Amino acid sequence: MIPEIGHFALIIALLVALVQGSVPIIGAATGNVAWMAFARPAARVQFLLVLIATGCLAWAFASMDYSVLYVASNSNSKLPLQYRIAALWGGHEGSLLLWAFILSIWTVAVTFFSRHLPDAMRARILGVMGLVSVGFLLFMLTVSNPFERLLPAAVDGRDLNPLLQDPGMVFHPPMLYMGYVGFSVAFAFAIAALLGGELDAAWARWSRPWTTLAWLFLTVGIMGGSNWAYYELGWGGWWFWDAVENASFMPWLAGTALIHSLAVTEKRGSFKAWTVLLAICAFSLSLLGTFLVRSGVLTSVHAFATDPQRGLFILVFLVVVIGGSLALFAWRAPSVGRGGTFAVLSRESLLLANNVLLVVAAASVLLGTLYPLFLDALGMGKISVGPPYFDAVFAPLMAPAVFLMAVGPLARWKKAELPDLARRLRWAFAVSLVTALLLPLLLGHWTPMIGLGLFLAFWVFAASIQTLRERLPANGQPVLPRVRGVPRAWWGMWLAHVGIGVFILGVTVVKGYETEAAVRMHPGDISHLSGYDFTFDGVAEVQGPNYVATEGHLRVSHNGQPVATLNPQKRLYTVQNMPMTEAGIAASLSGDLYASMGESLDQGEWSIRLYRKPMVDWIWGGCALMALGGLLALSDRRYRVTRRRRIEGEELP
Amino acid sequence: MILLCVLTFAAMADEARPLAANPVTEVQVRRLSEELRCLVCQNQTLADSSAPLAEDLRNEIREMAAKNMSDQEIIDYLVARYGDFVRYRPPLKSSTVLLWLGPFALLAAAGVGLVVFLRRRQGQVADDPLTAEQARQVAELLNKES
Amino acid sequence: MKRFLLPLGIFFVLVGFLAVGLRLDPREVPSPLIDKPAPQFSLPRLDNPQQMFSPKDMLGQVWLLNVWASWCSACREEHPVLLELTKSGVVPLYGIDYKDTREEAQQWLKDGGGDPYRATGMDISGRVGIDYGVYGVPETYLIDKAGIIRYKRIGPVTIEVLRDKMLPLIRELQAK
Repeated sequence: MIPEIGHFALIIALLVALVQGSVPIIGAATGNVAWMAFARPAARVQFLLVLIATGCLAWAFASMDYSVLYVASNSNSKLPLQYRIAALWGGHEGSLLLWAFILSIWTVAVTFFSRHLPDAMRARILGVMGLVSVGFLLFMLTVSNPFERLLPAAVDGRDLNPLLQDPGMVFHPPMLYMGYVGFSVAFAFAIAALLGGELDAAWARWSRPWTTLAWLFLTVGIMGGSNWAYYELGWGGWWFWDAVENASFMPWLAGTALIHSLAVTEKRGSFKAWTVLLAICAFSLSLLGTFLVRSGVLTSVHAFATDPQRGLFILVFLVVVIGGSLALFAWRAPSVGRGGTFAVLSRESLLLANNVLLVVAAASVLLGTLYPLFLDALGMGKISVGPPYFDAVFAPLMAPAVFLMAVGPLARWKKAELPDLARRLRWAFAVSLVTALLLPLLLGHWTPMIGLGLFLAFWVFAASIQTLRERLPANGQPVLPRVRGVPRAWWGMWLAHVGIGVFILGVTVVKGYETEAAVRMHPGDISHLSGYDFTFDGVAEVQGPNYVATEGHLRVSHNGQPVATLNPQKRLYTVQNMPMTEAGIAASLSGDLYASMGESLDQGEWSIRLYRKPMVDWIWGGCALMALGGLLALSDRRYRVTRRRRIEGEELP
Repeated sequence: MILLCVLTFAAMADEARPLAANPVTEVQVRRLSEELRCLVCQNQTLADSSAPLAEDLRNEIREMAAKNMSDQEIIDYLVARYGDFVRYRPPLKSSTVLLWLGPFALLAAAGVGLVVFLRRRQGQVADDPLTAEQARQVAELLNKES
Repeated sequence: MKRFLLPLGIFFVLVGFLAVGLRLDPREVPSPLIDKPAPQFSLPRLDNPQQMFSPKDMLGQVWLLNVWASWCSACREEHPVLLELTKSGVVPLYGIDYKDTREEAQQWLKDGGGDPYRATGMDISGRVGIDYGVYGVPETYLIDKAGIIRYKRIGPVTIEVLRDKMLPLIRELQAK
């Protein structure tokens, strides 16, 4: 019964979404206030309905209702409860429901935080989001219904893919989807502005917090996924340039460009058409990512079971949504004004240059991801494009972007002078250059890539310090009031930029100086790696809820002092009879000690892989700083003040 | 019990032996298997995969490495059997020119476009970030907010 | 105006490729061995390990080489088709039993309703498989009179593939 309620809720939600997607937009076009007023209640009702549907599916998982096909295919009675719930988004149908659910969350959030918007604008925004929702609800109801019954019911489920049975599974997909889908708000704002012909500074200002929030979620989501891969896959990789990773990275690049472009549009009124295009692109790339994962046109470790019919549906949906909005853009954008002037060298032009670099980087990732498909479609053979390609292409594109990123905050709006900038940055430049040349000698060896990475990281740090010094001039006042005097949005920007430096430093050091050893160990054997001694104390059997594991015990000491114990596991998930590795990691700021179990050899001997990964956690630390920067920017006074006002306003009739 | 095992074994604590018989060629095997695709997997390198075919191919590479074959010779050997598909670093040829040069061509085009745009824009636009009417509207809207 | 149409244009080119891509199988890898001589090998026969099987013996004939294994579930699917093919006597069919054991392979043939192969070579180590670029059994090679590989089927041989692709090609090669 419960699954039928969920199914029914989805059908009603589709009808409500159709109303939400049509009536308010027509109302806005004809100036009919009553029609426009439909938007808010429709969005809220739709949210409740999708919430009911999601709740019904979660209930089916929690109560182990194996008469629901999707539940039977993705969970098992032995699966712990938190993974039974997370299994909701472990497969194709459920992750689409999550998509629709998160879209409705964003939509309902817009209804609450849009009191200050003109009625027509709000009606259009909610209408556009309703139309996007129509596509996803229709998709579920026609070709991928999560509530489909399995008759007769299965005795037990086929279990969730063991790869997904991890705390990462509980947080990573919802975060990522919050980011993906969050760009729908910026998208809806852009389309609404194009429809209404009101592309102005106010529009940019309203879009900014929403875009920052979505970007923040996406950053955290990508960071979580990367960290998950690091400890789950057993060889300590953290980014693989897999098609699906790229599908999340492209919207991130476009979203990063969008955040910066919005800043210029709000402050200086420039780049309006470009900003709108970026808003369309960021969301389009999110949709394209959905298509790539679900249609099976690309092979990927993440790809769900493929079905050409589903692929065709999403493709048609893409044509309608992206094609429609780009056509609208081509029609309306030429009439958009240009905004304020600025010199060839100015903060505006630096931001635009950075934007262009980010977009070129995103386009390159897209090219590399889809190139095998292009060649195949043209009958020119099959190729693989993998990490060696992306590493080779991406670094030279991002290096200038990072270089300019550090300069940007120091340049003045409207017009900057090159000699002046050079003078202010000469110390930063010298410090980073010397560090890049000398530090590697201390660490062991020097290669051009290490040199470049260290230069960029220290360039970001040094330039950020310079920026800080200029922003907080020593004027005799105590530090704290001076720090408080600077808006939080500025601190957010500063922190996010420093985060990029931290990220680059982590990547450079771990790529340049990680060491590893693949050894065969008897209990009692010792292995040496980078000054650490790993002693193998043998293995023990561990019984998990739905797996059995062989756990290795390794003691690690450094100069005779014990520093860590590592307990890598080799698990066998009994339902699918699938082996999994669980790495043993001792993390610290200076670097991780990482061990993973290989095969059992003869006479109690095991093959074990040992790694020392210096500063690897700085990679995620950098991402966390970026996210924190986003959070600070969001908490800026001007947004907070408006929010408080709005909440007070809420209580009035 | 474990403790007992540890104690007995501790008495004969030994230097762990490397897994590979020949650590020198192993570096080459590692380097190559990170650039080659496991054909039966969805999208993994030979180095990352534990599929039986990946294991066989790693062994094959190991044997070739032991015979002092160069990286290129080993890659050629595999490409002759499985095609360019095994290479994660696609070779530069007529069909992949766009792949390898595309990003840089795009960068150059975008750079030129940017400079042209900035110069032309500077000549064309008078400094009117917002008209008086627009500025009034913005101020009004923002005041409504805060 | 024109430059504002550019994103739309790029998007439609992309959609074109994606639409074609939907109908392709990204997992099927064309063999570089087509129109190349079939790699030589000499393998002990499944029915009699003392006797060897080698493609050299087949020069002058058009023949099929099918790579199979008892552990491969898709091989079960094509087995009846191969039995029919052999019964028809159109083309001689030989096999390579890939990474398998003798007992299991023989039992598998018995369970499957018979042995369609004139001879099967045992590739226990999988080395011959690597020479042939095998990455997923079953795979089937069509080899001409001069010992050149002319066609490769990846995945089970179905009636449709046999009728529409393989048999016309076999007749053509036999007529040469």
